[in-house]
Amino acid sequence: MQIKPILAALKRHKAGTLLIALQIALTLAIVCNALFIIHQRLDRIARPTGLDENNLMAIQNRMVGVEDKESGPLIRADLAALRQLPGVEDAISVNSYPLRGGGWSTGVHLNADDKKSKAHTTLYFSDEHTLATFGTRLVAGRNFQADEIGEADPKEVGDPAVVIISKALSDKLFPDSSALGKPIYIGDTKKPSTVIGIVERLQVPWNGNWSDTFYDNAIIEPYRLVSTFTNYMIRTKPGQLSAVMASAPAALYKTNRMRVIAPKNGIRTFAMVRESAYRADRGMAVLMGVVCAVLLGITAAGIVGLTSFWVGQRRKQIGVRRALGATQRDILSYFLTENLLIGTAGVLMGALLAIGMNLWMVTQFEMARLSVTYVLVGVVALLLLGQCAVLAPAMRASRVPPVEATRSV
Amino acid sequence: MFSYYLDLALRSLGRNKMLTALMVLAIALGIGASMTTLTVLHVLSGDPLPGTSGTLFYPQLEPRDMDGFEPGMEPPRQITWIDGMNLLKAKRGDRQALMTGGAVPVQPAQSGMDPFYSDARYTSSDFFSMFQVPFLYGRGWSAADDDNKARVVVISRTLNDKLFGGKDSTGQTLRLKEGAFRVIGVLDTWRPNPHFYDVNMGNYSNAEDIFVPLTTSRDMRFDHNGSTDCWGTGGGDDDHAETQPCVWLQFWVQLDSAAKVAAYKEYLEHYSQEQKALGRFERPVNVRLPGLMEWLDINKVVPGDVKLQTWLALGFLVVCLVNTVGLMLAKFLRRTGELGVRRALGASKREVFTQLLIESGVIGLAGGVGGLLLAFLGLWLVRLQPSSYASLAHLDLSMLVMTFLLAVGASLLAGLLPAWRACQVAPALQLKSQ
Repeated sequence: MQIKPILAALKRHKAGTLLIALQIALTLAIVCNALFIIHQRLDRIARPTGLDENNLMAIQNRMVGVEDKESGPLIRADLAALRQLPGVEDAISVNSYPLRGGGWSTGVHLNADDKKSKAHTTLYFSDEHTLATFGTRLVAGRNFQADEIGEADPKEVGDPAVVIISKALSDKLFPDSSALGKPIYIGDTKKPSTVIGIVERLQVPWNGNWSDTFYDNAIIEPYRLVSTFTNYMIRTKPGQLSAVMASAPAALYKTNRMRVIAPKNGIRTFAMVRESAYRADRGMAVLMGVVCAVLLGITAAGIVGLTSFWVGQRRKQIGVRRALGATQRDILSYFLTENLLIGTAGVLMGALLAIGMNLWMVTQFEMARLSVTYVLVGVVALLLLGQCAVLAPAMRASRVPPVEATRSV
Repeated sequence: MFSYYLDLALRSLGRNKMLTALMVLAIALGIGASMTTLTVLHVLSGDPLPGTSGTLFYPQLEPRDMDGFEPGMEPPRQITWIDGMNLLKAKRGDRQALMTGGAVPVQPAQSGMDPFYSDARYTSSDFFSMFQVPFLYGRGWSAADDDNKARVVVISRTLNDKLFGGKDSTGQTLRLKEGAFRVIGVLDTWRPNPHFYDVNMGNYSNAEDIFVPLTTSRDMRFDHNGSTDCWGTGGGDDDHAETQPCVWLQFWVQLDSAAKVAAYKEYLEHYSQEQKALGRFERPVNVRLPGLMEWLDINKVVPGDVKLQTWLALGFLVVCLVNTVGLMLAKFLRRTGELGVRRALGASKREVFTQLLIESGVIGLAGGVGGLLLAFLGLWLVRLQPSSYASLAHLDLSMLVMTFLLAVGASLLAGLLPAWRACQVAPALQLKSQ
């Protein structure tokens, strides 16, 4: 295919050519970045919590009419009632849980005198039922024993003698060995805690950008917090979740009426917790997806429209070419090549624009660098889209009969 | 002439319905998406107190010890009890209020109503006058009530409706955490957006339902919510929060003139030097006095996702416009023959240009109407979202006007280049080549 005559023809349609190329460039830049954002959000949503999510539910409970200090026995009574319920596997009271949104975080030191912490982590406070309730697997060491569990005021939690930590935190603290049996210093303390167990995975309560650097680092401390405000986490036997959703609050109210379980969000299955934690991310991904689809559609329609006009405008010239011996194939490939040329110019501009746009977003929003794969995939996709869009008008052009050359308008 | 051109435009547009529909749809989608996101952005970055916000300032002091000190660090975003009380008592501003948030258990007197927790604001007395809070019944408390740790409470209209059936409840008793409080005021509907005076409590959350004097809240040991940052030996122990080296309060000051702002900043510097001389402050003097709107900026109150969506929508609009320009260009240039005849028959360039511009204006108008409908649909979808700002997403008059200007402006802009190119036609050449 000769490119020179095509370029010569395009020169006569400078404005139109430029506009299509510009449109392709802008579309490529936006679609690349949008796809990248979608991918990031989906990655975040797919991160496992380490919990047995299908059989878990959470109750947010607030005692009324008692002081914080007096709530210890009440919590114990609640837990006893919950654990006895039919269909319940196990239950705990805990300060927070993965994807809840609020919780404790602190630094971990390897030596008492270290100024800088070695890793950042979240703290969960609960008892020896924690692992069974969360459904997270112990990969090394042992669980807490009942006599290791203390009760503590949240304002003055001491340094525990023993702790269980997540594998990610163990790897971060001791890259070359296991943390099992080693002392660690939690927060600004001089008193070490010994790691007695390592669990496979346990996520932090947050899912925002700021916790990305430590989202799998967790420590379980053997304290039941004595506070009027607590979260009950209940793991049910398989298939019993909806039954326990109904029976658990009733059982709690039966042990003690003086409590508030918020009507909204007071009792949630873990599926609901997950849904609300990632709602914004999912919404953003869907929105980006829709915008991409519509953009590609509009760009394709624009190419179809403009090429149709050019075909209509050049019927006579096409007729002349056909009369001079050009085959239908020649005409078809003429328009395909023309589109390919414009498209190539467009995607080259677009690739630069996409990278520029991403660099700008890195400075403005918390955003990672765009990988080149996205740009390449986008380039190929847009070139293909252009070829497909141009196919119908090009076919119509190829069917222009040679006799058109002899007709005047 | 206008109606004739309009008729021509409609005929021309009718001749190629698919293309016209495509152009209108592209503009409508671009405008609809842009207006939806711009409206959300406009609502979220709005001024919570129009007219007053320029006189409200948020002093920041640097009370921390040298541990972890780096030059140029921003001072803490809250204030300690001691500094807050000192600034409050000094009364150097036209008005000032020291406050923090919390939740208190409400025990309704009515039988059959379970106790519940309500969000509360513990504040000193100037809060109501400084933030121009509207009252339905009664009034706020006085500085004397602050000093006396008076058991008085101001409640929101919502809570008044819930507890007292909407009647004037001033003088009634409300039981909060085992204490009897006298209702002295009921607020009218009040929801400043953003929730500027304490961004720790959710940027776009409702205003609190219960307001009690800060001193009373300490006396009653009401739970304090929000963020508490401590250093040194501070443990965030709520029972001794007054003396702990922790920041957990917000302090706002009203300064009615630029001279007063400068004087206040100087006062803050003097105060810091004084505290440093006393050994309470260790770091170099570092005070800031951002205004209300600046404070919202510093705290990045507008969610990043919303800004991102706005940019995305604007990019989308640009692509839609480029698309329309291309199509219109092709369309107009195809009619050079017809336009050549008109020119040859005596129409001036200007008249041809006007004719084409009217045609593009019609498309823009149609696109604008479509875009407006799509924006209403988009905002309705936003309102279905569970985010705290969802219920605020409404198109106000200024945004409505802007939609239309944007639509017509955008399409005229889109029509400008094609119309100009098309009227450059040399009539003789066109007629000859036919």
